[in-house]
Amino acid sequence: MKATTDPIIVNHKAIFRTRLPRLGQLLFLESSFKLALMLCGVMTIGLLLISLYSLISESLPSISQFGLSFLTSTSWDPVFGEFGALPFITGTLLTTLLALLISTPISLSIAIFLNFYVTNKRLLTIIKSGVELLAGVPSVIFGFWGLSVLVPLVRNVELFMGAPPYGVGILTASIILAIMIIPYSTTVAYDIMGMIPSTLKEASYAMGATKFETIIYIVIPWSWSGIMSGILLALGRALGETMAVTMVIGNSNVIPDSIFSTGNTIASVIANEFSEATEDLYLSSLVQLGLVLFFITTLFSVLGQKLVKRWSFKK
Amino acid sequence: MKKLLTIFLGLLIISTAVEAKTELLGAGATFPYPLYSKMFSTYHKQTGVRVNYQAIGSGGGIRQMKNETVDFGASDAFINDKKMDSMPHQLVHIPIVLGAVAVPYNVPGISGLKFTPEVLANIFLGKIKKWNHSQIQSINPNKTLPSLPITVVHRSDGSGTTFIFTDYLTKVNTNWAKKVSRGKSVKWPIGIGGKGNAGVAGFVKNTPGAIGYTELVYALQNKMDVGIIKNKSGNYITPSLHTASLAAKGKIPDDTRITLTDTSARKGYPISGFTWILLNQDQKFKKRSLTQAQETVKLIKWMISKEGQALAKPLGYAPLPTSAIIKAHRLLNSITYGSTKI
Repeated sequence: MKATTDPIIVNHKAIFRTRLPRLGQLLFLESSFKLALMLCGVMTIGLLLISLYSLISESLPSISQFGLSFLTSTSWDPVFGEFGALPFITGTLLTTLLALLISTPISLSIAIFLNFYVTNKRLLTIIKSGVELLAGVPSVIFGFWGLSVLVPLVRNVELFMGAPPYGVGILTASIILAIMIIPYSTTVAYDIMGMIPSTLKEASYAMGATKFETIIYIVIPWSWSGIMSGILLALGRALGETMAVTMVIGNSNVIPDSIFSTGNTIASVIANEFSEATEDLYLSSLVQLGLVLFFITTLFSVLGQKLVKRWSFKK
Repeated sequence: MKKLLTIFLGLLIISTAVEAKTELLGAGATFPYPLYSKMFSTYHKQTGVRVNYQAIGSGGGIRQMKNETVDFGASDAFINDKKMDSMPHQLVHIPIVLGAVAVPYNVPGISGLKFTPEVLANIFLGKIKKWNHSQIQSINPNKTLPSLPITVVHRSDGSGTTFIFTDYLTKVNTNWAKKVSRGKSVKWPIGIGGKGNAGVAGFVKNTPGAIGYTELVYALQNKMDVGIIKNKSGNYITPSLHTASLAAKGKIPDDTRITLTDTSARKGYPISGFTWILLNQDQKFKKRSLTQAQETVKLIKWMISKEGQALAKPLGYAPLPTSAIIKAHRLLNSITYGSTKI
């Protein structure tokens, strides 16, 4: 082969010849691409601000009527125009935290199992896509499954424990939520654990650590921030879940006194009552509930990110 | 391809030319929607008049009437005088059918339980907690009631069904009237909430000891035991389409704006109510043509005719008794277009 026909050199020359005169065009493309990206970024913030603005302006009547007592009052009475959000706030927080408590160990186990114990490639793909598929199931399906399978089960447990046998309630809702959020925390944890430098693992084995010790002392601390991000993602999903929860939580507007008692969440009460709310104050209070949920979500995500930073692996 | 498209477009134009008859627009209550859509499709086959009904809820229907964007509205609750003042036109309420609210319960092995208004209110207030409570036992002397705790099931979403049921309890029990009162959503003193009629029926069916309230159709379809309720005249009435119709046999005001709960009709089921079509008294609004107005009135007249009413029963709605139909006709005849009668 002759040197002059070396494809690389030819190509190189071609690039020079064709691209140099187009520098202006290139720069234009570059800057407009950047502008487009920036616009998308700014738009997200803009949308967030606009929705915050409309939430606030729509809930002004309710805010001026009830002030802070909206957050502390336990009475939700559309007939007599008394609106307090405390039962829904507690219901939301309780179900979300319980769901995280149930789902986190399971997601971590799945992630560890897939990363360190599965040797069969096919089994790995099956389990992994199964978990991911769980994220795509519509929530109303989870609700139906909960009603027909989980509720009778929980009812039997309640009968056994001597609690009122409703079958629906905080516990049932939390279990459903836990199943729904497992894919989120699992996927993130799995990916981050897969990224651990093999030098770290090998060093650990070289020191004589077992697989179990390596996972507990090396892998988990190293991937902690990633695991936390996954949990945060799951938390956001759990806070706002509506349909599945409303089908199994019992929808009673009281503060739950045990995990077996019925309750209600912010998202669920909004979905239930919005369409037939006609009084202005009633409507405004429902919007204010949305505002409260907005703040709770923001608070958790800010706090969570702080935690992620503090606990991330120090090099 | 292009040829096909031209033919298709041509056909479309021809068909719209043929169909250029009036199209009527309505919006409102969801409860009568299955019946209305059946009525309107039958009417379309007979007359060629197309009716487009949007089941967006009673509140939405009233709002559309206010904005003058529809020919008629539909509502499960009548518009009170205060709200009537805020409407741009005087409204006429035409009752179309009746709906009844049944009280299904789940006590294993026991059917045909009787309830007095007092007992019903006390159960839903949480004062009666067990099925073998003396108040229930004394009106059902032949039944051996278990010491099963009562689980109250109510609707979690705002609904006209809840309005009729709480309206009834408000009329028959002062304690309920003071504490809870009537509304599409109320502050329930006790119980769990199910979404929609299906949700409540499902909970009652699956929870031993449960009692709830649903549209009659749902209780019948699910073959549930329903409470036999004592009415104002002291008769125990089993809910059915027939006894619901009878509820409208009591005194009805000329404008038909009345909740039929706690009816004075002797054989009437006490937890039932009308569902209405709302029309503007003066049909000349927003550039409407005379034919449009005439077609609207013709449609509603057909809905309360023998033919229209015959569609109600198979779908689980109680047809109007003759006395109510006479009143409805009188109201329809009072409708005008400008200064001329229709």
